[in-house]
Amino acid sequence: MNTEQETIIRVENLTVAYDETVIIDNISFEVHRGEVFIILGGSGCGKSTLLKQMIGLYAPAAGRILIDGDDIVSAEGSDRLRILRKIGVMYQSGALFGSMTLFENVRLPLEEFTNLNSSAMDLIVLMKLKQVGLKGFENHMPSELSGGMQKRAAIARAMVLDPRILFLDEPSAGLDPITSAELDQLIISLARNLRITFVIVTHELPSIYSIADRVIMLDKRVKKIVADGRPQDLRDKSDNQWVRQFFKREVALNGS
Amino acid sequence: MVEATAVLNTVADKDGVLTIRIKGRLDSTSTGDIWQGAIEALERASSKKVVVDTSEIDYCDGAGISLLVEIQRRQKKRGSELEISGLHDEYRKLLDSFDPLEFEEYHPEKSRKTSLTEEVGRATFSVWDNIRSQIAFLGELVAALFLAARNPKVVRWKDAFLIAETAGVNAFPIVALISFLIGLIMAFQAAIPMSQFGAEIFVADLIALSTLRELGPLMTAIVMAGRTSSAFAAELGTMKVNEEMDALTTMGLDPVRFLVVTRVIATLFMMPLLTIFSNLLGIMGGSVVLLSMGYPLSAYVDRIILSADYVDLLGGLLKSLAFGLIVAGIGCSHGLRTRTGASAVGDSTTKAVVSGIIMIIVTDGIFSVVYFYIGI
Repeated sequence: MNTEQETIIRVENLTVAYDETVIIDNISFEVHRGEVFIILGGSGCGKSTLLKQMIGLYAPAAGRILIDGDDIVSAEGSDRLRILRKIGVMYQSGALFGSMTLFENVRLPLEEFTNLNSSAMDLIVLMKLKQVGLKGFENHMPSELSGGMQKRAAIARAMVLDPRILFLDEPSAGLDPITSAELDQLIISLARNLRITFVIVTHELPSIYSIADRVIMLDKRVKKIVADGRPQDLRDKSDNQWVRQFFKREVALNGS
Repeated sequence: MVEATAVLNTVADKDGVLTIRIKGRLDSTSTGDIWQGAIEALERASSKKVVVDTSEIDYCDGAGISLLVEIQRRQKKRGSELEISGLHDEYRKLLDSFDPLEFEEYHPEKSRKTSLTEEVGRATFSVWDNIRSQIAFLGELVAALFLAARNPKVVRWKDAFLIAETAGVNAFPIVALISFLIGLIMAFQAAIPMSQFGAEIFVADLIALSTLRELGPLMTAIVMAGRTSSAFAAELGTMKVNEEMDALTTMGLDPVRFLVVTRVIATLFMMPLLTIFSNLLGIMGGSVVLLSMGYPLSAYVDRIILSADYVDLLGGLLKSLAFGLIVAGIGCSHGLRTRTGASAVGDSTTKAVVSGIIMIIVTDGIFSVVYFYIGI
């Protein structure tokens, strides 16, 4: 647990809307450095949309998103690039480049953004692939890998430049329990040892209990954050019945 | 923000111990600056023992850890002693999670060299494979079309009308523009030499025959191959990549009946219509040249009626039906055979357009020979 609460992401009065339809209505929250921060909610509540706003892919209808003090929404050109260097993103489908091998996919950011020599880059790539359990698959094309493997490769690519913040969209969906637990261990070790901040959209309750420092829950009926805290506290002490239900149903299924 | 810097300092003492001191911030931006220096110092060292002093590292991420792993790997391979001193506990844990000897130098898989004989064999096989699957597809298509003719209710007419609009009606401006310009250019090029013999008026004969018999159907077909065949291949290819095709199959719906038949029927209906417009616009293009040379429009129209008859028009329209089948069929068949990955859709589209155009020209040649022998 972190003793000092240094804010690394600050979302202020964010409203997200597609045309006239409001998806998220005026929410604010902060993410602290080194925290594993989970965005949770029922299907269609705008979790992935919120994630895409936070990485600056889409402009919000209103509000600001500050990454390490800089507004990613209004930043342009080299300022924007500087902010983007601080973040790494793993998309739901992996989004690996189909024309490159796994090794080339992970190596690409190093080639573009560092002055490391070639053998140093090779070593870093191999180490990252080892961390996600994909050593030995360097020369495979993404299409030759299973969905879970593609996801892990995408995590390796997202973290190859060691960004301060990693955004993961449904990282453990489609993974077997053992791989998923290994991934959880990786997240915990990166957060504790390197103080990398994680913002994760997920549904997997078992994994949330083991990795999350903090969870926010979005409810699509009110379009706001209805809970914010440690998952155990939300399950046991939340004054919102829907939140307790959300956690307890799953707990009843998994735990009893 | 302070710019990331890493500083390297090497000292060799009397006891034969080389000390490499690393200070500052070791991240993916700054590690590159000292990597080469550290490795060179290590290579030059004759000493048995190397100490890496990391006590003054402020921050170290994956790139920094990889430098330490590389130093470990080199020392272990040489069988020399190494001590990494002063490393923070959290970085030590990360470093210890890697076994340096596990990371041999990376060698990309070299593509195996193939002999000429093997290449020729593979190319021949792939051509044969392509022909075989085209024939199989043609069989499936004809069967599905027969089924549709016997029981028109199985055709999704709503889809067919929509496709007829996007593939046919929306193609009208480009077909019209190209036909008009081809007619005009051809008339202009022909008028110059013919005027030397005072035979400009026969430009009308040339335009009428060549447009109705050849250029109208051919130009329309080539535009449609570029515009519609590629669209069909891309659309069906994307559906294949997104597993929509598998969804259809597991629902018990035949993709050929569900997707291909509607496209083929729509194209078969639209192709002759577009060809008629193409003929008209081509002839109008030619008239501009003769009008500018002072001939009245009635003279031009008279010559056209005298030189061309219904057989020429119908012969051209029959060809356009065959071209329509080629445009839709080849586009759909390449779309259905799309592999996985982002480039696969592009490959299918390219193949659809290239083989579509080749097939159109070959078929046009066959029609010419047949028409010659039956005397039309």
